[in-house]
Amino acid sequence: MIASVNVSRTRTERLVNLVICLLSTRRFLTASQIAATVPGYEHDPDDPRDHEAFQRKFERDKAELRELGVPLETGTSSILDAEPGYRIARRDYELPDIPLAPDEAAVVGLAARLWRHAGLAAAATSGLTKLRAAGIEVDPHATLGVEPVVTVDAAFEPLTAAVRDRCAVTFDYRTPEDDEAATRRLRPWGVVCWRGRWYVVGHDLDRKAERCFRLSRIVGQVKRTGRPGAYQPPEDIDLISRVARWTGPVERTGRATVLIPHGRGDGVRRWADETTPGPDGDVVTLRYGEPEWFAAWLVGYGADVVVLDPPEVRDAVVARLRQVARAYAAAGAPSVPLGDQATAGVG
Amino acid sequence: MPPPASADRLGRLLNLVPYLLARPGIRVAEAAADLGVSERQLREDLELLWMCGLPGYGPGDLIDMVFDGDRVTITYDAGIDRPLRLTPDEALALVVALRMLAETPGMANRDAIERALAKIENVAGGLAESPVAVRLTGNADRLATIRGVVERRRALHITYYAATRDETTERVVDPMRVLVAEGRAYLEAWCRRAGAVRLFRVDRIDGMTELDEPAAPPPQAQPADLSDGVFLPTPDQPLITLRVGRSGRWITEYYPCERVVEESPELWLVSLRAADLGWARRLVLGLGPGPNYPALGLGSGPWCSGWCWACWCSRCSCWCW
Repeated sequence: MIASVNVSRTRTERLVNLVICLLSTRRFLTASQIAATVPGYEHDPDDPRDHEAFQRKFERDKAELRELGVPLETGTSSILDAEPGYRIARRDYELPDIPLAPDEAAVVGLAARLWRHAGLAAAATSGLTKLRAAGIEVDPHATLGVEPVVTVDAAFEPLTAAVRDRCAVTFDYRTPEDDEAATRRLRPWGVVCWRGRWYVVGHDLDRKAERCFRLSRIVGQVKRTGRPGAYQPPEDIDLISRVARWTGPVERTGRATVLIPHGRGDGVRRWADETTPGPDGDVVTLRYGEPEWFAAWLVGYGADVVVLDPPEVRDAVVARLRQVARAYAAAGAPSVPLGDQATAGVG
Repeated sequence: MPPPASADRLGRLLNLVPYLLARPGIRVAEAAADLGVSERQLREDLELLWMCGLPGYGPGDLIDMVFDGDRVTITYDAGIDRPLRLTPDEALALVVALRMLAETPGMANRDAIERALAKIENVAGGLAESPVAVRLTGNADRLATIRGVVERRRALHITYYAATRDETTERVVDPMRVLVAEGRAYLEAWCRRAGAVRLFRVDRIDGMTELDEPAAPPPQAQPADLSDGVFLPTPDQPLITLRVGRSGRWITEYYPCERVVEESPELWLVSLRAADLGWARRLVLGLGPGPNYPALGLGSGPWCSGWCWACWCSRCSCWCW
């Protein structure tokens, strides 16, 4: 254990020195120049095994720096250099100056905290740490009064990364109506949060058309297919409207009147345009869009709601109630008080 | 795959120098707490940095610092005086979260959010055309009003539609916080009527009056942990089992279900907890034509007011015919 701690300590020390060295040089330094300079790379270049071990170590170190986001540049300083070298351009390495006012810094701090329940929590924290390392003070006690709770699906990170890299993906997708998940191939354009759910919008390579998928219905892994930069999403696309088009609000142009006994059906009454008290209850006027959906909602209130008008809604309600009654009769259940609606309008 | 611990440490070390440079004389304990590491870890980090520096690696090349009691000041930074730029994921995390805030209806300080977002998008550079768009809906005016009440720490009288019981209720609550989750806005408050913390859907608060008395949630009023979702079924709620056809399968996506059994290709048995059996009745009736009918007939028991069907009720552990 002690040994591994020391190994990792030596490695970290070597990497910090490598970063400082490559930041301080304008010339590209070759691997052998780096080995001769940075502590931890000492080896005998004439011993093939020793040299190979160095090369492996150096490759791993470069990979780790790139993983961390250190922009390692490769190139040659002059045409006389046979071998490419490395350096880190300061302007690419450094976080640019961000002149955040105190109230702005406070909201960035709040924003980073939003991820505490979800996927990008680690990235948000390390991003905020960088801002603070740049000297920005973040008030940890700031509040905005309204707290959004962010949750993301597992597919969020691979999909946003694929969109960023313009890389096609494939995934298994299953809606509740499907028996099996179907494999879909998509060039993703963007990821959208709409009414609390996440969607990906893009070009479906099999349907050869624009499609939108709900992230929660993606089963298993999102896999990349093809190379990054393989396509260009449409310019100036309004992602929200692409999703809203499928799940947008319904226009309520129909008007229905229903009878509700006094003190019942509060859930329906809340949507009343008008309420007229009568001897058998209140006559309540409601707006609706799609008659079948509206009927399904009203049926839920059972005997508390009797539709007076229009016939399209009344008939839909009656049909549903009859089916329920039939299903229960067939199942041998005792008869249930469905209310007047099931018998009304039958004859 | 999580990055190796050494990568975490390397990132931390590269940040540590500029962090300390910006805060000369900071107490080690304060810096450690701020950076989320133990004081001992931070001291080890500093010792390691002390061994690092510019080629030559002599005095004057190595990172240098002065300890004054429990305080530390960087006196030579060896050229790592700025933090690393944001990675794509870091930029995305901050930009998306700021967009969430900017889109949250009824938010205070919207102006500061917009300014901060613009600045972060600016440093994110090429990542500014972030691939994520956010739209949260809600009644901004009502939310802003409720937020005001929470900020003024006043008790609130609300007319609230309790959907589970299909009842409009009057209650006095002690507001705790306002939140937006799963696309809906909620007021979390101590409900004096229920004697418990409740989440009230803002779109079901049909009326409200700010009271001339302070909000006083009792000490046991703790904010709910929403990491697993807003609606958390509890074992004391009756378990209802429904047989649903294809067109009724949406309920498995919409409600947390305890069990889904594929009885046949066309029929699923779905079990879920119902906060109220009246609610379950409305759900089943609303599922509509097709084989969307409960598997197990009619339930009615002493707990359930009025007629009630559609359920095998687990509360009394029997078939309540």
